[in-house]
Amino acid sequence: MTRHMKMDNADTRRRLDDMVQGAVGAPLDRPDGPLKVTGAAHYAAEQPTDALCYGVLVRAPAAKGRLLNMSTNAVMALPGVLAIVSDERMLRNPAQGTANEAPVQGVHEIAYFGQPVALVVAETFEQARHAAQALQLHIETTDEAALDPLAVEPEIPEDKQSSMGDLDAAMKNAVYRVDETYTTPSHSSAPMEPHASIAQWEGEQLTLRGSYQMLKYNRNELADSLGIEPKNVRILAPYVGGGFGSKLGIAPEAVAAALAAKKLSRPVSVAMTRPHVFETTMRRSETRQRVRLAADAQGRLTGIGHETLVSNLPGERFAEPVTQATAFMYRGENRIIGQKIARLNRTCAGSVRAPGEAVGVTIVENAMDELAEQAGIDPVELRKRNIPEEDPTRQVPFSSHKLAEALDAGARGFGWEKRNAIPKQVRDGEWMIGMGMASAFRVNMLKEAQARVRLNANGTAEIESDQTDIGTGTYAILTQIACDMLGLAPENVTVRLGDTDLPPGSGSGGSFGAASNGTAVFLACEELRLQLATAAGCAEPDLTLKDGKAIVGNRQVIIAELLPSTALEATGHIEPGDASSKVRQATYGAYFAEVAVSAITGETRVRRMTGAFAAGRILNAKTARSQCLGGMVWGIGMALTEALEFDPRYGQIANHDFAEYHIPVNADVPQIDVILLEEHDDWANPLQAKGLGELGICGAGAAITNAIYNATGVRVRDYPATLDKILPGLET
Amino acid sequence: MKTDLLINGNRRTLDADNRTSLLDALRHHLGLTGAKKGCDHGQCGACTVLINGRRINACLTLACMHDGDEITTIEGLGSAEALSPMQRAFVNHDGFQCGYCTPGQICSATAMLEEIEAGWPSHVTADMTAKPSLDEHEIGERMSGNLCRCAAYPNIVDAIRDAAWRDQE
Repeated sequence: MTRHMKMDNADTRRRLDDMVQGAVGAPLDRPDGPLKVTGAAHYAAEQPTDALCYGVLVRAPAAKGRLLNMSTNAVMALPGVLAIVSDERMLRNPAQGTANEAPVQGVHEIAYFGQPVALVVAETFEQARHAAQALQLHIETTDEAALDPLAVEPEIPEDKQSSMGDLDAAMKNAVYRVDETYTTPSHSSAPMEPHASIAQWEGEQLTLRGSYQMLKYNRNELADSLGIEPKNVRILAPYVGGGFGSKLGIAPEAVAAALAAKKLSRPVSVAMTRPHVFETTMRRSETRQRVRLAADAQGRLTGIGHETLVSNLPGERFAEPVTQATAFMYRGENRIIGQKIARLNRTCAGSVRAPGEAVGVTIVENAMDELAEQAGIDPVELRKRNIPEEDPTRQVPFSSHKLAEALDAGARGFGWEKRNAIPKQVRDGEWMIGMGMASAFRVNMLKEAQARVRLNANGTAEIESDQTDIGTGTYAILTQIACDMLGLAPENVTVRLGDTDLPPGSGSGGSFGAASNGTAVFLACEELRLQLATAAGCAEPDLTLKDGKAIVGNRQVIIAELLPSTALEATGHIEPGDASSKVRQATYGAYFAEVAVSAITGETRVRRMTGAFAAGRILNAKTARSQCLGGMVWGIGMALTEALEFDPRYGQIANHDFAEYHIPVNADVPQIDVILLEEHDDWANPLQAKGLGELGICGAGAAITNAIYNATGVRVRDYPATLDKILPGLET
Repeated sequence: MKTDLLINGNRRTLDADNRTSLLDALRHHLGLTGAKKGCDHGQCGACTVLINGRRINACLTLACMHDGDEITTIEGLGSAEALSPMQRAFVNHDGFQCGYCTPGQICSATAMLEEIEAGWPSHVTADMTAKPSLDEHEIGERMSGNLCRCAAYPNIVDAIRDAAWRDQE
């Protein structure tokens, strides 16, 4: 039995409020926690496999050229070497998220430094690594590589340019105006688990244990890459060691492992090294952003301009959607939004946590800080004055809008009233102290998803979906939804995920996993409730389920007694519909940060941070808070340390490891307060829940750089705010 | 070459290529995949195990250098059915999200508390002669060799303090 729903209108029933089990929203510990803290959860490269051999990727040490040949014979003679695979089906770079087909393939045309050209397979990892290092490549480099985004003629796609009213006139007539250009560097997702795959064939049937986020797409991408039918591919990813966008699409190691395993008739494991992850998966594009703000005497915006330059490889359709939130953030009837794309021979650009808003909102929030100072208006108040009554671009209502509440709650929790608005006024020994804030915005999405729920004769339930849990808490929140809908304790609900043999979920990406797959589970449970109500002889709304018992009127029976001898099973199926075009759906929040900047070295330390967020119904208070913490810490990294540095001569990433690409460490992160606001967004889905995995990073960095300005009077418009950019300003 | 290791109380004999790191010996040869490979360069701490009670990056040492050593991996600290106090605290405080850095964090934290107990100072210890405190700065400093991209750091600090506090009770 399948219950299907298309989200065309608001669902005002709020069925979860009728449930009495009390699991949804509670701070339930992750059900997968005990396996993860004991090392018993098997990630991609860890499944015990007989006769396993090891492959190591060999990559092009040139940004552009043509592979002519390689020293195959010499390397095949090395101890333990089983095969060298160099095949036109190998991937140039990973597929983009939801691509559903193979990305650009081939090993002969080199498009970036680090492009895979071969896989060396040997009996042991040590033999394969040595042989891969010994493989000599003959690459012809005739054409000049395009390495500098400012040195190439960019594409100006028509569908990425838009305007409203007359921004130039608005700027001319404005009482206060900002017109600044900011830059953000390339970022790496850097999940702790490097991309890895074990490929194993049985006849024509391929099983791949991989580290992937969106299995229903990955299966099609892998099949298309290999030229086989999707039905012959099964992907397993029950545990994924972080993704942050870098594991959305099938990646080179999976296809290489599958080709080698086929050739050798043996299972092959290919794990990327850390430098491979940096150079051969995905990066967030660097951005150059010109922001124009025009405001009247009261600080009300009359115009917004946001024009950006990003980059990607030739042939890639993805372009960092920097201005995604600019359309609805603030009021202003005169607008110009534009994007240019430079085609470069650099590591592929793709989705990295909150593509678009992570860098776009951050920069607009820096410009808003500049406007606030110019107009002499408190930055919180300036934002409240500019909250639009409806989506100013599409002229549709907001489904729900909690920015003002988030600003107030965050300011109160942080103690914003203690801030001295004049820069350079607060000292603590050698440390200059400052406070800054920024708003958070992120679009909200719903994606097609299915899930199967089985209620067993013994009163336990099982949930099945190919959805992944990449640290997001999927195991926990799906458990909680089923607990409430079916009146079960968490220990009586089992969740099976990450297997393409199970019903297709939405995949993990774009913060839509919880809402989409949670709704699929909700719908399946609604169908089961209907069947239970029929068995109990009542209408479904009159059925109360709690602690394994069904309560109808003054009767109480064990749920198991209502069940047939075999299990009851239902599939829930949600599809997005017109709701997303009838209203503007988004999530909102506010960040507040206090920094200390050393007057001697220019080093910035974040002393404390507060974030207040509204993302619809909170499904698990504990995992939701963790998502927000994580996002805000990414903001610390973006603000202070993270930048991929490309060698201007040869195009390689010069800092392709954790020693040189600095993600925040424990000592960089203070205790962080997270305030989750109560909100129920009926337009989002029947759970009234919205995405939360990315909201924490959508402007967090700006709160820190704005605080640096408050501390020092130095505006850093070129991220990250490293010592060298702050120190010269302190000397004057 | 043959190497005798005492792993989680069990004597295991390894016969592997001399180039095999202790981490790869555990993961590829001994079926102990709890220690994770996050960088293979000693930069992330995901492979942290205890050798004769002290924490070490298993990717930076060769297995054949540890003949006769006592090695404790995450599997030796507790099981899903019988969690160690530190493992329990990580679950309760949500000291992880994806879980990949977690075994390393827990091995590292377990040894770190012993270092504090033994009075070892750190970069942020103000008084070199007094017993170091367990405040967030000490823990943050001493745990900064274990990266977490999910950035559960505040929860990791809470979990460690909780486990240490329970230990003292």
